This record gives sequence, C-alpha cells and structure tokens, in this order.
Amino acid sequence: MHIPDGFVSPPVAATAFAVSAAAVALSSKAASHRLEGKEVALTGVTAAFIFAAQMLNFPVLAGTSGHFLGATLAAVLLGPAMGILVMTLVVVVQCLGFADGGLSALGANVLNMGVVGVLAGWLSWRVISGDGSSRARMLVGAAAGAWLSVVLASAACSTELALSGTVPLVPSLAAMVTVHALIGAGEAAISVAALALLLTSRPDLVPGTRRAEGAAV
Amino acid sequence: MSGKRNVLFVACGLALCLVLAGLLSPLASSFPDGLEWVAGKLGFEQAASDESVWAASPAPDYAVPGVENEGAATRLAGVAGTVAVFSLAVGGAWALSRRRRVS
Repeated sequence: MHIPDGFVSPPVAATAFAVSAAAVALSSKAASHRLEGKEVALTGVTAAFIFAAQMLNFPVLAGTSGHFLGATLAAVLLGPAMGILVMTLVVVVQCLGFADGGLSALGANVLNMGVVGVLAGWLSWRVISGDGSSRARMLVGAAAGAWLSVVLASAACSTELALSGTVPLVPSLAAMVTVHALIGAGEAAISVAALALLLTSRPDLVPGTRRAEGAAV
Repeated sequence: MSGKRNVLFVACGLALCLVLAGLLSPLASSFPDGLEWVAGKLGFEQAASDESVWAASPAPDYAVPGVENEGAATRLAGVAGTVAVFSLAVGGAWALSRRRRVS
C-alpha cells in the first residue's frame, strides 16, 4: 500500500510528515535507553528480513497481490520504539532507492505502515500474549496483531486519500479494508512463521521470554 | 551473552534474507497490489505520478538499470537493498546505544 506521488494533497502530505517526524523523534529518544549487543544484531536482521520479504508479492484474489508488511513482527521483536524506527528506515530506503512510494507521500507511508502498523500490532500482541509464559498465546497475539496492523494501515491510507480529495472515503475504505483483510491473512501467516522459528532457535531474543533466559546471559 | 551465537544468528538471518531478495524475488506476483487495485477499480489511478522519485532513485521499481536480464536486475536490486537496510539498521541501532552510554 505504498502511496505514489499524486495521491495525497500538499496539506495532507505535510501533516502526515509532521506526525511521522514527531513519532520518529519520540521513538529514537525512547529506543536509546534500551539497547544491548544482541538487540543490535536482532534489529539488523529484522530490518533486512522486512525489506527482503516485502519484495515477494503473493496473489490474493484474481488480479490482486499483497506483500508482507512486517510492522507487527518489528514491534514484537524490537518493541514499539525500535519497531517504528525500523519500519521508517525500510520505507525510506524503498522510496529513495527503489521509487516504491512517492516522495511527497513519504510522511503518509511512514505514518500508515510504520506508526499505525507498529502501534496496532504491538497493542494487540501485548494484550493477547500476556506475560509471555504461553507460546500459543504469543503466536495468536502475533497473528491477530499482524492482521489488524495491515487492516488499520489500509484504513489510514484511505482516510488520507479522502482528506486529499482523491477519492470519496466510503467506497475507498470499503475496498481497501476488504482486500487488506485478505492480505492480512498472509501477514499473519508470515509473522507467526517467523516468530515460531525464532522462539525455537533463539527464544532469548524474543522479549517476554527473556526473563526466563536471564540466568544464562 | 555469547557473541558466537549472535554471529551465527546474523549469518543465518542474512542468508535467509539474501535467498528471499536475491534468489526468489523475480517470482513475486506482478498483479497490482491492494492500493493499485482499488485505484483501478474506483478510477483514480491516473492521479498517480512517479516522476519525482523515479528521476532520483538508483534502481526504480526494484530493477538495477543497465542489466538486460529482468530477473537479474531484480535480484541485484534485492541484494543491494537488503545489504543497505541491514547496514543502516545496525549502524543506527549502534549509534542509539552509544548515545545511551555517553549520556
């Protein structure tokens, strides 16, 4: 759902840019308090995985495709602050390096896929996964968060297009949420697979299970 | 904390990313994505203009210019992007944790 140039009006683009810039500033302040060596490694691999997996569009309906977003995976593994920073990095590299998403829509794309996606995913994950003692609850939380993050990001995108006068809100919101409810199922599957792989191979890297591993650190 | 385990994790993680972006990327569906599909259906796709970023970006639409083979152009773009994102993320995270130690 990378918005190209021409879809958002200058006032909407400027407002979205200001909100995203504030979110990035707050996040970098929050993230600088809590980083260890292994978290730096996890940050790099998570960011690279999100970029790589986003290249692989999968078909969802006849004539439509979707791709992994990764906002929930980033939020679960890195926390909301680093999650927002990593999603911002990916969206900026996609825009400047690969012309995926317009320069005038950069603030809106960071707002939708970074800020809205990460916060929706992180809140769902926190509510459902609980204290982190149940692997099943963690995976269900990641699945629900992944689905919701994609659907809410698409709703935010529709709202910006409507405020820009590009398309009326109701039909665009209905169509965007419908197709992204399907793409969200793919998002949930990939997020759960990635989290399950990490919980099996390096559970100490997943926040919430970290306490149990504390003695070994 | 074991440094060796982290090196192994980074090596395996990066290898997976390079398989996705550097080998499998040409297999991605070329159907329009959700937003493009909605734009086509509701008739506002003509509002899009890619000119500003296309002029400046080194590999527009995930294809390295000058490489004739389409798959190879996509694979090269995928590898370059993956390495760039990994480096910037590690560099940024390192800078953030350094800032904490200083302050």
